[in-house]
Amino acid sequence: MEEHILFAGFGGQGILLMGRTLAVAGMQADYHVTWLPSYGPEMRGGTAHCFVVLSADEIASPYVTTPDAAIVMNRPSFDRFHEALSPGGTIVLDATLVGEFEARSDIDVVPIEATQIATDLGNDRVANMVALGAFAATRDFPSVEGLYEALETTLPSEYGAMLALNRTALETGFAEVNAIEQRH
Amino acid sequence: MSTQPTKDGTAEPVLMKGNEACGEAAIRAGCTHFYGYPITPQGELLEYLAERLPEVGGTFLQSESELAGINMVYGAAAAGDRVITASSSVGIALMQEGITYLAAAELPCVIVNVNRAGPGLGRIAPSQSDYNQVTRGGGSGDYQTPVLAPWSVQETADLTVEAFDLADAYRTPVILLSDGMLGQMAEPVRLPEQIDPEALPEKDWALTGAKDRARNLVLAAPLTDDLLVELNESLQERYRTIEAAEQRWAEYHLDDAELVVVAYGSAARIALAAIERAREADIPVGMIRPISLWPFPETAFQDLPGPASQFLVVEMNHGQMIADVEHAVRHDFPVTHYGKGGGWRPSPEELHEHIRDRWEAQS
Repeated sequence: MEEHILFAGFGGQGILLMGRTLAVAGMQADYHVTWLPSYGPEMRGGTAHCFVVLSADEIASPYVTTPDAAIVMNRPSFDRFHEALSPGGTIVLDATLVGEFEARSDIDVVPIEATQIATDLGNDRVANMVALGAFAATRDFPSVEGLYEALETTLPSEYGAMLALNRTALETGFAEVNAIEQRH
Repeated sequence: MSTQPTKDGTAEPVLMKGNEACGEAAIRAGCTHFYGYPITPQGELLEYLAERLPEVGGTFLQSESELAGINMVYGAAAAGDRVITASSSVGIALMQEGITYLAAAELPCVIVNVNRAGPGLGRIAPSQSDYNQVTRGGGSGDYQTPVLAPWSVQETADLTVEAFDLADAYRTPVILLSDGMLGQMAEPVRLPEQIDPEALPEKDWALTGAKDRARNLVLAAPLTDDLLVELNESLQERYRTIEAAEQRWAEYHLDDAELVVVAYGSAARIALAAIERAREADIPVGMIRPISLWPFPETAFQDLPGPASQFLVVEMNHGQMIADVEHAVRHDFPVTHYGKGGGWRPSPEELHEHIRDRWEAQS
């Protein structure tokens, strides 16, 4: 089993932190993991993205060309990456910022109002954790608890006071997707 | 790759970029100085040491240029302290004058090349295009530097420590050859234990103040021709010792491999995935992974345990290692190459297809 996951959005949305938090959660659950940030001029003002590979075995390459799952936090990232997804893959997207979209029929799309929910929680900067919680709800691994434990090491120490809000964001995103699934 | 955590009960793994792990391993190896200039994709190594070195009472200085940086390394090495610098490709090229001076003055230091694609300014994407630059001296004169090439974040940390030990043991600059992939990616790593710099073996040749002893001299240029001939002979003798004692490599499936891939660093870890896939289709393929690029692990190619009769060099360049592999097999077997420069990196699928085609063409 090897899973290729893409995180994409604007610089400043905490895209790299989302990926890093998943990678640490994977490490703490004894997966082999790699995390690779995008690196280049596109980080200024355009899209930022990073790749996470989770595997039961050793990982050859940290590059992801056809993601099995993607967490997409803005419109340019949706436009850029949605064609790249592998058939049967899953996109979790921030519906607040992506807006109206047309998606391929051979992938699962999980829209969540991440930025709106984060704003309602009191700080739109935790939209990334709302989306990460939603991502966790689409699969067996990771759990919200595992992500939170990882976040304790990945969240820069100067934001320590925001840990509780981040936890709420993870839980809210997770619960939101579960609620949608129950309605279906 | 050797990242299965918490199995041998040593340090807990932490998720770090290759560049960061190199910096932390340097600190733990007792390194107390960094001098150098920022360049992508080396940046995190410099940033990491900018924060960490002052915490351990060390010295970090961002020099005005690569040339200034490598000459500050010369100073710290002459004083007997463990010192590291880092750059990428074009920046390493700028350091060559200082590196040959360090070799001539027999000064130990560690130089990290986080290889980016060239030639010229190139791009920040990973490459192995500096193989010749790092294994053939690089500067003026008859000198060589040991070169260690990790293939994972864990090995980056481990080989950083080994690089310092080699440098001190042979009084030579040692190059750690990373690349834009290994430097930028994060993986779990178990960090080495902290060495107390004060507890390292004393360097009786170092310039530490000549109170109560005869003065030491550290010279990059002996004062007569005779002395320069002597220096050359002494260096060459040391290089032969290094070639005999310090070859490092890893082997995969050589017991039954007829086709042997030779690859190092990033290319090797991608190649191994392709090899495992090919073996599932009963293609008898294995791999020799040079870890020391100089000395090249010629011993690995002698008395091969299996039926190896064909060699395939996989590199992220246009074939710089072929000559070393052909020499290692004494031109007895065909050696082909697969690879490209310019920031190209293979996918396991692409390499698997090439291995399959290569095998089918031969058999």
